[in-house]
Amino acid sequence: MSPETANLEEIVAQVPPARGVVEPLPPVNAEGEQLLEISMGPHHPSTHGVFRMNVVLEGEQVVRLKPVFGYLHRNHEKIAENAAYLAAIPYTDRLDYLCSMTNNWGYALAVEKLAGIGVPERAEYIRVIVAELTRLQNHASLIGFLMQDMGMSGTPLMYAFREREKILDLFESLSGARMMCNYMRFGGVRVDTSAEWLRQVRELNGEFPRFLDEFESLLAGNEILMGRAQGVGVLSPELAVSSGASGPMLRASGVNYDVRKVDGYGVYDRFSFRVPLGDHGDVYDRYMMRVLEMRESVKILEQAVRDIPAGPIMDPKARLRGLRPKAGEAYGRIESPKGELGFYLISDGTGNPYRYRVRPPSLINLTVLEDMCLGRGVADVVVILGSVDIVLGEVDR
Amino acid sequence: MLGIGIIQGLVETARNFFGSYTSKQRLTTVQFPDERLIQPEAARVFPFLVYDTDDWEKGLRCVACKICEVECPPQCISITKSADKKPDYSGIYSGKPQFYPEKFDIDVSVCMSCQICVEVCPFEAIKMDNAFELSTDDRFGGLMWDKQRLAMPNSHYQAIHPTDAAESDAALAEKKAKAEAKPAAAAAAAPAKPAPEKAGAATER
Amino acid sequence: MRAEPITAEQVKAAIEAAVPGCRVQVLANASPSGQHSLILDHEHAAEAARFLRDDPTLRLDYCSNATGVDWLDSELSEKVKVKKLVDGAETEVEEVRKTKVPGYLEAVYHLYSVEKKHGPVIVRMRTGDRKEDVHLPSLTGVWRSAEFQEREIFDLYGVIFDGHPDLRRLLMWDEFKDYPMRKDYVPPADDDDLVGAERSGG
Repeated sequence: MSPETANLEEIVAQVPPARGVVEPLPPVNAEGEQLLEISMGPHHPSTHGVFRMNVVLEGEQVVRLKPVFGYLHRNHEKIAENAAYLAAIPYTDRLDYLCSMTNNWGYALAVEKLAGIGVPERAEYIRVIVAELTRLQNHASLIGFLMQDMGMSGTPLMYAFREREKILDLFESLSGARMMCNYMRFGGVRVDTSAEWLRQVRELNGEFPRFLDEFESLLAGNEILMGRAQGVGVLSPELAVSSGASGPMLRASGVNYDVRKVDGYGVYDRFSFRVPLGDHGDVYDRYMMRVLEMRESVKILEQAVRDIPAGPIMDPKARLRGLRPKAGEAYGRIESPKGELGFYLISDGTGNPYRYRVRPPSLINLTVLEDMCLGRGVADVVVILGSVDIVLGEVDR
Repeated sequence: MLGIGIIQGLVETARNFFGSYTSKQRLTTVQFPDERLIQPEAARVFPFLVYDTDDWEKGLRCVACKICEVECPPQCISITKSADKKPDYSGIYSGKPQFYPEKFDIDVSVCMSCQICVEVCPFEAIKMDNAFELSTDDRFGGLMWDKQRLAMPNSHYQAIHPTDAAESDAALAEKKAKAEAKPAAAAAAAPAKPAPEKAGAATER
Repeated sequence: MRAEPITAEQVKAAIEAAVPGCRVQVLANASPSGQHSLILDHEHAAEAARFLRDDPTLRLDYCSNATGVDWLDSELSEKVKVKKLVDGAETEVEEVRKTKVPGYLEAVYHLYSVEKKHGPVIVRMRTGDRKEDVHLPSLTGVWRSAEFQEREIFDLYGVIFDGHPDLRRLLMWDEFKDYPMRKDYVPPADDDDLVGAERSGG
């Protein structure tokens, strides 16, 4: 059926009726009493974007919480399926718009697996450097947002943004853009780093622990943080694994699972770093994971900038245009700052992916949002959501 | 003790307030537009079309091959290829007449500044500009840039991206030298043969 | 440090030994990634999934990714040599025989083990066709992470997961009629038609 001649009405009529679909539950409790239903978002300062939660309250307590998605849905997957492999890279920048570098890497990794493209050593090191810088700025700003959600008006967020600026400046001088970097290519990276750029990274990396110390001295013993975060939003390790939680949220529950260690993708198996784990799985642990991970990222950066070899940055076999992988499929995943970011691609031998799927860590981490919020007050919902670390560009795609 | 946190907070504020007079670390903002940060060389906003010589229309390097139109992820470029050919004013196509874009429009309200058009262009004809103050009161016309609006001299490219421009100029010079060497070598190898068609076209002009 | 990869054949043998009657088919993958997958039948899928999760050697306790794929009706053409009488003499003539392969929808699950640190094991299920028989058993009861992802498959592909606790549209609004990720989906020419008059005021 050609799209030009097809009548929309006819196509809609062919679609089976949505059977098995459930209606949302009415807001009543077991005794049939009417409960208070409030709609948090989509325009709410604490929802980090256009995200809505239908919260049902019994008294002060949350008894049901259903997230509502899709306000930022643009069918990213369909766009990528209708475009060449190369043309999807700038779109991945816009998934999790804080971490365009890691999004590029996840997609490039999946395509490299699909087409069997190698990556030169130097490019692998550059990828590690930019990915860890991304992790630093993502975690720093997340902590800032989280503190903002707790009502610490402004100061921690501004501190975090001050550091983030420096990293974004580095990204801009490397790739030409601060956030939408569009930097990686299948089989390498787009432009080489200069010695001066690496010197700037080393300098920033040397100063970063001082910022972390300052940040921690300000926050770690802070009464507001302790009061609002400890024991709030506890997630058990069993539920965390079953619900597919990933990244700092999974590790805060004490589950030792870091794709950088497990898969050792890129050259991560060459660096020595530890995977911090939490004990309680509460908001405080999730905050602490980010701080500790930043310290580990600083260590990785130190090693990567020290050991980076000279050489080419693109695989000689890799071509920019006209990539046509053999028919087949591949799933590539990386540890993005938000969690496990996966790309699933099916090729049918043409220039476009037949199926392009993003495994969005932000969305899947929200699976257990309701479980974490049950029995808490609305103010805690704000903090728990903040600690999950979502970006709506990725949740809704 | 209750209230220690408040005092600590006030000390922190005071430290930053007074520190901002002495330390650049604590004063990170600039007073735009009176003060401006220097843009890094790699900065990219929207594409422009490079032309050589003084005439923007005749000197355009673009040969309307439409590669960028095809590869552009948001499909914001639209090109109409000319029916006739124009002489090689830029001098980078070894004197051969080339097609040119009759129409070359970029809808900058759609463009996402990804630079893929620049990467795929085999003729060094499209590059990224770094001008960013581009607001307009004409929502549709003002954001649909035609080839005149897009055309910029090569000297502009050399001014905003000196390193890249030097590379691009060197690549073009090499291409030119190769192209010039080829007919010369062919002529030396086969002097008896009648002049090849291509050389004939060049002499005609 | 990293666990040895387990092959699809091993997993198939393990499932067939543990879940009697379960029909498992290995789907080879020609790509350099070498990620082969297993096709499960509907009746035993949930049981097989539970086995994959709980088996002490496999322990695939982490369902990383669940997604849908739409395969349109296609025509498989193969060249067959047929003996025919041509001008009285029997000669071999090549004939192109076309067989219609009906389309189907597919749900793909990528499983990993957090405990054993291995994976991925890829499990697929296929619907009967693309119009009527679009039911698949839900695996949300086995891996909670499938909850939103199966909802997304339902939303974008129209696969109905039997036994899913909360099967509603995830990204599109509830009144939306079509399934936008299907390959034959045609977006309306005007975006305003998408919203439609029937859409409720909120």
